[in-house]
Amino acid sequence: MKDTQKRIVYMDHAAATPVKGPVLEAMLPYFDRDFANPSTVYDLGFRIKRVMEEQRAKVAELIGADPEEIIFTSSGAEANNLAIKGTIFSRFRKAKRIIVSAIEHHSVLNSARFFERLDYEVTFLPVDKHGLVDSERLKQTLDQDTALVSIMHGNNEVGTIEPIRELAAICHEHGVPFHTDAVATIGSVEIDVRDMDVDLLSLSGPPLGAPKGIGALYFRKNTRLMPLIHGGIQERGRRGGTENVPGIVGLGKAAELAKSSLKERAAHLRRLRDTLITNILEGIPHVYLTGHPEKRLPGHASFCIEAIEGEALIFMLSQNGIYANTGSACASKALKTSPVLVALGIPAALAQGSIVFTLEETNSLDDIDYTMRHLPAVVERLRAMSPIWKNNAPVATMA
Amino acid sequence: MYTEKVMEHFASPHNVGVIENADGVGEVGNPVCGDMMTFYIKVKDGIIEDIKYQTFGCVAAIAVSSQVTDMVKGKSIAEAKALTKKAVAEALGGLPKEKMHCSNLGAEALLEAIKNYEASISGEPAPAIQKSKRPKRHKICGSCGVKNPITANFCMGCGKGLE
Repeated sequence: MKDTQKRIVYMDHAAATPVKGPVLEAMLPYFDRDFANPSTVYDLGFRIKRVMEEQRAKVAELIGADPEEIIFTSSGAEANNLAIKGTIFSRFRKAKRIIVSAIEHHSVLNSARFFERLDYEVTFLPVDKHGLVDSERLKQTLDQDTALVSIMHGNNEVGTIEPIRELAAICHEHGVPFHTDAVATIGSVEIDVRDMDVDLLSLSGPPLGAPKGIGALYFRKNTRLMPLIHGGIQERGRRGGTENVPGIVGLGKAAELAKSSLKERAAHLRRLRDTLITNILEGIPHVYLTGHPEKRLPGHASFCIEAIEGEALIFMLSQNGIYANTGSACASKALKTSPVLVALGIPAALAQGSIVFTLEETNSLDDIDYTMRHLPAVVERLRAMSPIWKNNAPVATMA
Repeated sequence: MYTEKVMEHFASPHNVGVIENADGVGEVGNPVCGDMMTFYIKVKDGIIEDIKYQTFGCVAAIAVSSQVTDMVKGKSIAEAKALTKKAVAEALGGLPKEKMHCSNLGAEALLEAIKNYEASISGEPAPAIQKSKRPKRHKICGSCGVKNPITANFCMGCGKGLE
């Protein structure tokens, strides 16, 4: 028992990931030895510039883009901000509508909302109970006055993967640019920007095993984009500020590794995910899978557990060395249920019992076993003290 | 985020359970808001002889329930009535700011249980426990009329933002 208590099973990789060994190794020289500014003209700087361009090519290759279509950013959130604000500002007030799905990341939702203050109309596309965006609704909503549509590739809370190719095609019929946030899918789902036919695509470092603080935006050649950070000619004028060279090298190395191992990695994650989902659904009564049963991220398993609250569940699991996440209102500083769970139409009381496991290649079947040794007992313990759980079933609540 | 005292209570909460044939029962909150507590008390000669609770909610809600039972078990009804949210939070070494209102329901639930007890011995019908105080659970979308959970940020029907 003592030994098992020391064990850590980390399954919250959507929140953070460890930097991969080879990635860290590749980055290290660029902190001290090769520190020069890539914008300088002498050999020290010029060499760094060349290294940086090599990384750009590696990131481009991962998603089937050309190197000059990649802008390095500080995060996935910045890439999303740049995609939305950069596109809208480049044709400011020429079209007055922005369409996003109701389950976007906050960096997309709030970037779009920002334009409401500038008299834009923002439409939030509803999703079905599995989290799939309604393409018919998109067709009805799209018009000549639409400046941009942004729909995420994969959802980080419920794991659903959206039919991006189909959605992008609908937008292009109307000549409307299409952005997708691929932070959740990068590295575990194959992405080809030409095949998907998207105009803008955001990604970030951590899902690939690169450090926090680095991300990138793909923008199709000739897409109009206003910078968010005005400054020098870095990133060919689209993002001022001296580049985060170590971060960029980390992202490049991580992209290279991801490209070569994507298929095996996805297969491994899928096996873990399916085992975890089957075990939980069979091992614990009154639990529901959230998101799409098939069209979901390879390493993503998310549930709502009746009659218990997510924050207490996460804390109690962490006392057993198991780390996961929740969309419960109590766990958010704003004390609001995750808008994603609300958008899927999950009743608020049930959404309180949300739990999200995001797996990585470092996880093993053994981790799943360990989780299943503890999770049912933790759930049982919380249910035993819950006033809405009686006689081994949830009590119908007024919710 | 939580104090050691809170985590202690959470790890091994005291007095969890139901008292069959309790002299007073008090229920506050609802699972939609995130926290719900039911308190049960057994009273003898004006003293709270036994107290138990069931709680649906976060770490703070569970710790608060446990702390309240510790503070009033064996105390008089008058002392128990004087228990404040603030005193409970202080006894726990403090609570995160955002948890002060939503999760710190223990004193309230206890008071409801006492009221329920007092109503039963005076023979008067129990006051309608917090029914009138029950928070709104839905909001109706202004543009399409669809009923949304109170927590929704935008309408499930038409996608418009809600306030």
